[in-house]
Amino acid sequence: MTAESDVALPTTTAAELRLKRRWYPSKIERKQLLLASIFIGPWVIGLLGFILYPIAYTIYLSFTRYGGLGDPVWIGLANYRRFFTDPNFENALFNTLYYTGLAVPIGVVIAMMLALAMNTDLPEIPIYRAILFLPSVLPLFALSFIFKALLDPNKGIVNELLRNVGFSPPNWFGNPDFAKIGIVMIAQFGAGQVALVFLAGLKGIPQHLYEAAMIDGAGPFNRFFKITIPLMTPVILYDLILGISMGLQVFTQAYIITDGGPAKSTTFLVLYLYENAFKFGGQMGFASAIGVFLFALTFLIALVVFKTSSKWVHYDLT
Amino acid sequence: MAVISPSDIDEEMRRGDSRRAQRDRTRRMISSKVTPRVILVLMCLVFMLPFYWMLSLALKGVDELVIYPPTLYPHTPEWGNFQLATETIPFWTLARNTTVITLITIIGAVISNPIIAYGFSRIEWPGRDKVFLLVLATVFMPYPVLIVALFDIYSQLGWINTILPLVVPIFFGNAFWIFLMRQFMLQIPKDLSDAARLDGANEFKIFWGIILPQCIPALGVIAIFAGIHAWNDFLGPLLYLLNPDTYTLAIGLTFFQQTQSYDVQFNLLMAASTLVVLPVIVLFLLFQKAFIGGISVGSIK
Repeated sequence: MTAESDVALPTTTAAELRLKRRWYPSKIERKQLLLASIFIGPWVIGLLGFILYPIAYTIYLSFTRYGGLGDPVWIGLANYRRFFTDPNFENALFNTLYYTGLAVPIGVVIAMMLALAMNTDLPEIPIYRAILFLPSVLPLFALSFIFKALLDPNKGIVNELLRNVGFSPPNWFGNPDFAKIGIVMIAQFGAGQVALVFLAGLKGIPQHLYEAAMIDGAGPFNRFFKITIPLMTPVILYDLILGISMGLQVFTQAYIITDGGPAKSTTFLVLYLYENAFKFGGQMGFASAIGVFLFALTFLIALVVFKTSSKWVHYDLT
Repeated sequence: MAVISPSDIDEEMRRGDSRRAQRDRTRRMISSKVTPRVILVLMCLVFMLPFYWMLSLALKGVDELVIYPPTLYPHTPEWGNFQLATETIPFWTLARNTTVITLITIIGAVISNPIIAYGFSRIEWPGRDKVFLLVLATVFMPYPVLIVALFDIYSQLGWINTILPLVVPIFFGNAFWIFLMRQFMLQIPKDLSDAARLDGANEFKIFWGIILPQCIPALGVIAIFAGIHAWNDFLGPLLYLLNPDTYTLAIGLTFFQQTQSYDVQFNLLMAASTLVVLPVIVLFLLFQKAFIGGISVGSIK
């Protein structure tokens, strides 16, 4: 009996201690927490004031009718019900998904091609890298002006070159069928940045894998699809999630170049949100509901990509 | 039977080997040198085309601008277009407004992010890494979702038509820049802080006297990123700056473009655009390493 309790006693205290430490931070931990809170304090305040409170306020506004003046009027789910009856909303949603669904995969392919081409020991790589990366740091509003000039049916060089080689090119931003394609094309000028992220991934693939595969007689095709692509999947996943999130937010190009037209073919969700809140006489409640919808959509798509990623992303070697 | 002697076979194999080796060499040359070069040169040409066209249009006179089909290069370059653009568009006022916002953004970013990152990297506290995940999560918060609420909050504060909505949030840190700074601070050996602690230095002294001087390269990266971010920002100024006196280049040029009738002054818009992108290009060429370094930090999984 005594022997048993002797043995049992220390274990209980140890468990208690562990429990205690989990619930109440020790004196040193408290001191560290206090210190850390001074350093991260600004971030906590920023999170509350500029992110969490606006999120809560957006959600609240989405249940109201509000024009910016006076008090918001609670109207329940009416703004959300409007999603099902407003053809302009459905159009904006379609345009946004169409744009993202086209721009993001094309971007991955172009960036991968550039990264593979740069993953060589050509001496002039820094020059290519500088040229390809440059558009990524330039202001999107300036690029939008430039592309408006570039793809102009009369003043643009693209259509002039296409005419010279015998095509009859479209009036890109003046044609509802091509305006979105034009905006997808602008997005591809950001490929240099993604290519550099991919390049860092390529450089991280152990060389001996390729050597082993070559000894086993694997050709370049097999080496690419059996080694490179599988090992790059984590980086591709990172880019997909970021790219989709950015794609769903497309706004500036459409606002500047086409102002949502022609025939509303480039009215994307954020542009429609903006128009409702700041152009059509302050439909801020409905605009907030679009915001909530956009957030949920981004989150859902990212979640789906992330969940299905376990089927195609390989984490084992990176 | 013995028509082919072993030496013949040897000879044949050697010749075949060398031919195959030759072929392999050529193929390897093509796959490692020729194909990448062709792809990269072509893509670089495509990537430079917009800038070529921007400069080309910027230098065209009105007479040449209206010619159809367009001339492929300015036959009579009008260098005066740059001057004309800065006079037609209130360019220098816009540039001054943009510069003020850019400088304050840089100051805010350089002050706030290292302090916050220090709390997430150089001090041990329970739950730190879990809370840091929350910092990272905010990267995925789409800014446009909040613009209605933010606009209303700022207008209740009386901040509309001031630069406050654009610069004040910067002083509370930005998830990506905190992340960048934290990665950098984690690489500094822990012994450095411990030795200073043994000498009796408090945490603030260690931050200011020991860690911060080590972080100057990262501070430079953040300063550049913050500056570019402010210079390039479009949605923020569009929402909060409604008075033409407060316009930045982004919206000033956009409204200039919108008020122009279709045919005129594309040359002036391109000349002004050239002036807008020029500082960014110069900065990029000077600090390419910082840009690319920032990108590869971002790529760490």
